[in-house]
Amino acid sequence: MSLRVLVGVKRVIDYNVKIAVRGDKSWVETANVKHSVNPFDEIAIEAAVQAKEAKLVGEVIAVSCGPPKAQESLRTALAMGADRAIHVEIPDGSEKTLEPLAVAKLFKKIAQDEKMLAGLLNWPQGTFASKIDLNAGDKSLVVTREIDGGLETIKTALPAVVTADLRLNTPRFATLPNIMKAKKEAHQEVHARRPSASTCRRASRFSRSRSRPSARVVAVSPTSTS
Amino acid sequence: MFRPVATTAARRLATASAAPTVATAAARRNVSFALTDEQREFQDLARKFTAEEIIPKAAHHDKTGEYPKEIIKKAWELGLVNTHVPQAYGGLGLGVLDGAIITEELAFGCTGIQTAIEANGLAEAPVILAGNDFQKKKYLGRMTEEPLMAAYGVTEPGAGSDVAGIKTKAEKQGDKWVINGQKMWITNAGHANWFFVLARTNPDPKAPAGKAFTGFIVEADTPGITVGRKEINMGQRASDTRGITFEDVVVPEENVLGEVGAGFKIAMGAFDITRPLVAAAAVGLANRCLHEAATYAAQRKTMGKPILAHQAVSFMLADMAMGIEASRLLVWRSAADRDQGLRNTYYASAAKCMAADVANKCAADAVQIFGGNGFNTEYPVEKLMRDAKIFQIYEGTSQIQRVILSKFIADKYM
Repeated sequence: MSLRVLVGVKRVIDYNVKIAVRGDKSWVETANVKHSVNPFDEIAIEAAVQAKEAKLVGEVIAVSCGPPKAQESLRTALAMGADRAIHVEIPDGSEKTLEPLAVAKLFKKIAQDEKMLAGLLNWPQGTFASKIDLNAGDKSLVVTREIDGGLETIKTALPAVVTADLRLNTPRFATLPNIMKAKKEAHQEVHARRPSASTCRRASRFSRSRSRPSARVVAVSPTSTS
Repeated sequence: MFRPVATTAARRLATASAAPTVATAAARRNVSFALTDEQREFQDLARKFTAEEIIPKAAHHDKTGEYPKEIIKKAWELGLVNTHVPQAYGGLGLGVLDGAIITEELAFGCTGIQTAIEANGLAEAPVILAGNDFQKKKYLGRMTEEPLMAAYGVTEPGAGSDVAGIKTKAEKQGDKWVINGQKMWITNAGHANWFFVLARTNPDPKAPAGKAFTGFIVEADTPGITVGRKEINMGQRASDTRGITFEDVVVPEENVLGEVGAGFKIAMGAFDITRPLVAAAAVGLANRCLHEAATYAAQRKTMGKPILAHQAVSFMLADMAMGIEASRLLVWRSAADRDQGLRNTYYASAAKCMAADVANKCAADAVQIFGGNGFNTEYPVEKLMRDAKIFQIYEGTSQIQRVILSKFIADKYM
């Protein structure tokens, strides 16, 4: 069974845009503002597609959690070379309150649905990767990470989570023919299910349980929010 | 005496525009100024490519006149060149509006480089319009297999606006045609793999233009073709324009485009596709002028504030903005009409004329806003002013466009 890569993709305000705060201070101005794929996500897609072209990886799946417009980012991922795209659709506007843990749990669910081995929380990770060497044979990964003091090289088993840093690669342009093809490729739509709704409040629940004064020792459970 | 005058006046008011009326219900559409998702993605790709590949190198190609071979190759690899070649021949078969969107983005970076790319489309247009399957396979097919260039050869040293006055002639000898003559100002001449050539095939000077000329596809390596030196022009210096001499150039019968004698119409028909695109390039240049001038005006201070805060300057920018928006919409209208199979000559001429004049005004004003710096080669706007001028000349001078529009108006009112 060949290796597969799940790449998270997010539609964000373009990095060139001057961010303005809304008049009512509720959020930043997003109407009529140019959005694009997060540049780091593009680097991640590029790394995955390069691994596929080097025949180290069999399939690249792009995932995005977001409102309907997130499909634009998924189409870009497809045009760059991803094989499939999964859109976890959440209502327009609720992306403001979507918490990282909720997204992480959605990824875990997708990984399990896609029958990728083991649960997310038990996987090793290599973050701020500026160089990745994938060894499909013995299912391991050597990741060079950019850390404050310089570079750190680690070796992990697969499956693993990797996050991309700027110097990992230069993302390719999506070609015009691929853009036209991506428009026709069907992608799965998965609607956000209840578990995600409840995990949206993770930050507040965590901090609330920590700061709540208690007279006796309570068994601290790291899974209190699941 | 009143009634006839009143009804004539009423009729004139009712159909005030000289634009040809939309003929059928099928051609009518809901007006939308939005781009499709796909068009926006094309636009993003072209914009990114321009920012990363064209803008950093444009000044170099302008200074040296070096042909932007590498940039064109990269654009070709991304599918940004030869966009109109039908899918059956390996192209994307995009419409004129799609092409206009991409062209405007590339032109924002450098119109010299964009013109070199666009010239392919100009040469291909007659083949797409009038070529048979064999010719399309042979001459369009090769353009999508390799990053080749092509050129459109109509203008001569003695005939530019007066296309009917061209002297290059083609004579039938046996089963071949022999071409003799001279062409001038041919874009991509020094790098073309083949030329579209318009030549006079009916020697009778009284023959009507619509029957006297024939279009030919001529391979660039045919013996007898001498390509002149690269001309050193005022602007768009990255583009390669040269004179070409044809001395007993033999062309096979299979390279006759369409019917013998139909060349004039084919050459003119190509303009309905290419004029909106050249106009789109002018819009791109004008937009670049606004961008550069506004960026500068926001930082440069005089009398204690950024010059953008002085109305004399901001009014110039406002005028630029209006011109750009209006000419862009004319481009889109002429392009969209063509894509819908409507006759778009009226709008294409209007778009080309207006966009060219707007581009020149924006460029001159941009130099003005930069002040002394604007006159200097370290700043980007003097190049824009030099590049803008040709838009009022090639692809039909601004005067010829006005002649075309006048004819439409005359047909309607006289």
